[in-house]
Amino acid sequence: MFHGKEVKITDPNVANKLGIGMVHQHFMLVENFTVTENIILGAEPTKMATINIKDASKKVQQLSEKYGLNVDAHAKIEDISVGMQQRVEILKTLYRGADILIFDEPTASLTPQEISELIQIMKRLIEEGKSIILITHKLKEIMEVSDRVTVIRKGKGIGTVTTAETNPTQLAELMVGRQVVFKTEKKEAHPKDVVLQIDSLVVADNRGIDKVKGLNLSVRAGEIVGIAGIDGNGQSELIEAITGLRKVKEGKITLNGQDITGLKPRKITESGLGHIPQDRHKHGLVLDFTIGHNIALQTYYQAPISKAGVIDYKKVNEIARKVIEEYDVRSGNGEASIARSLSGGNQQKAIIGREISRNPDLLIAALPTRGLDVGAIEFIHRRLIEQRDNGKAVLLISFELDEVMNVSDRIAVIYDGSIIDTVLPHETSEQELGLLMAGQSLQENQNKVGGENE
Amino acid sequence: MNKRLINILVPLISIVLGLVIGAIVMAVSGFNPVDGYMALWNGIFMDTYTLGETVRQITPYVFSGLAVAFAFRTGLFNIGVEGQLIMGWLAAAYVGQAFELPAIIHVPLALIAAAVAGALWAFIPGLLKAKLQVHEVIVTIMLNYTALHVANAFIEMISGGGERTDKIHESASLRSEFFESITDYSRMHWGFVLALIAVMVMWFILEKTTRGYELKAVGFNKHASQYAGMNVSKNIILAMVISGAFAGLGGAMEALGTFENMTKLHASTGIGFDGIAVALLGANQPFGVLLGAILFGSLKYGGLNMPSEAGVPTEIVSIVIALIIFFVASGYVIRVALERFGKRKEVK
Repeated sequence: MFHGKEVKITDPNVANKLGIGMVHQHFMLVENFTVTENIILGAEPTKMATINIKDASKKVQQLSEKYGLNVDAHAKIEDISVGMQQRVEILKTLYRGADILIFDEPTASLTPQEISELIQIMKRLIEEGKSIILITHKLKEIMEVSDRVTVIRKGKGIGTVTTAETNPTQLAELMVGRQVVFKTEKKEAHPKDVVLQIDSLVVADNRGIDKVKGLNLSVRAGEIVGIAGIDGNGQSELIEAITGLRKVKEGKITLNGQDITGLKPRKITESGLGHIPQDRHKHGLVLDFTIGHNIALQTYYQAPISKAGVIDYKKVNEIARKVIEEYDVRSGNGEASIARSLSGGNQQKAIIGREISRNPDLLIAALPTRGLDVGAIEFIHRRLIEQRDNGKAVLLISFELDEVMNVSDRIAVIYDGSIIDTVLPHETSEQELGLLMAGQSLQENQNKVGGENE
Repeated sequence: MNKRLINILVPLISIVLGLVIGAIVMAVSGFNPVDGYMALWNGIFMDTYTLGETVRQITPYVFSGLAVAFAFRTGLFNIGVEGQLIMGWLAAAYVGQAFELPAIIHVPLALIAAAVAGALWAFIPGLLKAKLQVHEVIVTIMLNYTALHVANAFIEMISGGGERTDKIHESASLRSEFFESITDYSRMHWGFVLALIAVMVMWFILEKTTRGYELKAVGFNKHASQYAGMNVSKNIILAMVISGAFAGLGGAMEALGTFENMTKLHASTGIGFDGIAVALLGANQPFGVLLGAILFGSLKYGGLNMPSEAGVPTEIVSIVIALIIFFVASGYVIRVALERFGKRKEVK
């Protein structure tokens, strides 16, 4: 139903014509095109068979001013920050005459400052008479911008409430179907010996550019160290270097006193490392394998699963069933379900089960709750803290400030490849962390914050 | 409709559709489809001789199909089965004629030589893929031509300038008097037993061994395999090598069974390329490949009878065979249609 008429939306072009525009979670922009070029892409205005870029950029500039988007129509995408790229996406939908804008997890890669700007823009759009559908799993955003909330769970609309009449706790209950504790309960940490020690580490990315630049960090048994930072400041390269997936250029990494710099991933895993990878589809799972076979991914070659080169799939499934039960991995077919068919939360629970059940001395959790619902997030946080309470070291990398502040015992802020400060969660605030994540110089650098992003 | 039923129905419907469209093609071209298919049937089952020859035709297809399927299952597209098979053929023919040994040693030695030759020929693209990310399709295609000319040069060399290698010694032959006697002197040989064993071997490697788990994991997701500490390069090379060994053994079937020598080739044998179709027909499952090879080999051999018995030209025969393969390969469409149909029934 659209404006009271029944319509069938068969492809994105139909939606466009109806005035529905989408701002995707992952931006759909051509990096080395200008803002205007990106905006007109797919609907290029022509004048005698050539693209009429002048008029288009004028129109873009006007729109930008009207809605206070502050976008330079001639800038190249690769030169502008993530926040501005997102505003280009917004402009794109407006340029095409959208009246209804759909935002899919718009704050996923923004700094706290950029988020508040975005919220201002959304309010402005509403004043101008546009409608916004905001898809998010962050309750704070919903409370701040929305007028009405519809909670979706397992593909069904659970209920619609007016934002002014509800509160985060009630919403979370609707989302999960039971009560949710927000502040993760945890006891005081009792850190012991150093488990992971990183000294002046330098790691380059695929293009040979240094992404980790002389980084120092230590994680001790019985503590959770959170690494806060904006995407692209060297987090991925740091994790890959620790786990042996990427070459270390300089520096030293020791695990349990043993030098693991430059060892093969398997050797490092066997020295007591558990790794919840940031991309569960790329690294965490073989999506075409059953979930049972995936749970054996780190142990398939060892007894009791493998003997003399022959793998015992009965044993594999037996072990998998235990993990599935303990970590509440839900799927249609138990351990025989294809990993691809599971929901993100259940895939993640399977990975976490696999990694924790090996009882590693150091657990690296990279964005362990990305894209998951509140129920799964709560579960995963509890498991991480449990691991800490058992005297293990946990290194948590996350882009979510709430997560870092709630779960960690110490927060190391990463900026441009090194740890610029280490703070205690109860002594800091989101604002302070936001400033640190932005490299501390808010004034002139705000728009360039995401400049390092890919 | 349950899944298993669909899995059986899809290939059956494909074959029937292929036959029906094939019949239309024959009818349009002015030939009697009934006569044509009768000739095809007779070309496969008429008497013990044709049956024996059909089995002989099927045998190398099993190997080339397994070679392609094994590579597919481990994430590789081995189009070089043709070349690997030629190298296997050459190696087996050479060992068969050059040495005089007791059969108990000679046959296995010739087979091993063929497997190693095929494996080595596949090692090249495997190595290039693993170390330099060169796509295996390009390399394997080019190596097919290389194999053809290398083999021809070798034949000339070992036969002293001749067109073919000497006949292999009896001690290396896979032929048997027993099969000859029951199939009216067809060229059926022990190779089909080896083919059945190869089917079991592929199944065992992929489904029962730790190595098989690794090979499949690397094929599906290199990154996750690396994360799990597997040696990705080694597994890619190994996958190619095993695939090449199957192909090489396919060549040995021709060298030690069918022809008992090797003649200079003017063009590809086609067995390797047909292996791709066989693997597709068999959904890359070892036992599926066996069935696929049986279908493909039967059609190929039976088709030879269509020109002589029904006057259908070979070109039309190729079209009919291609149509059947086409429908099996596009089984996805039929699958979707079946699932829709099943759903509608449930609604009623």
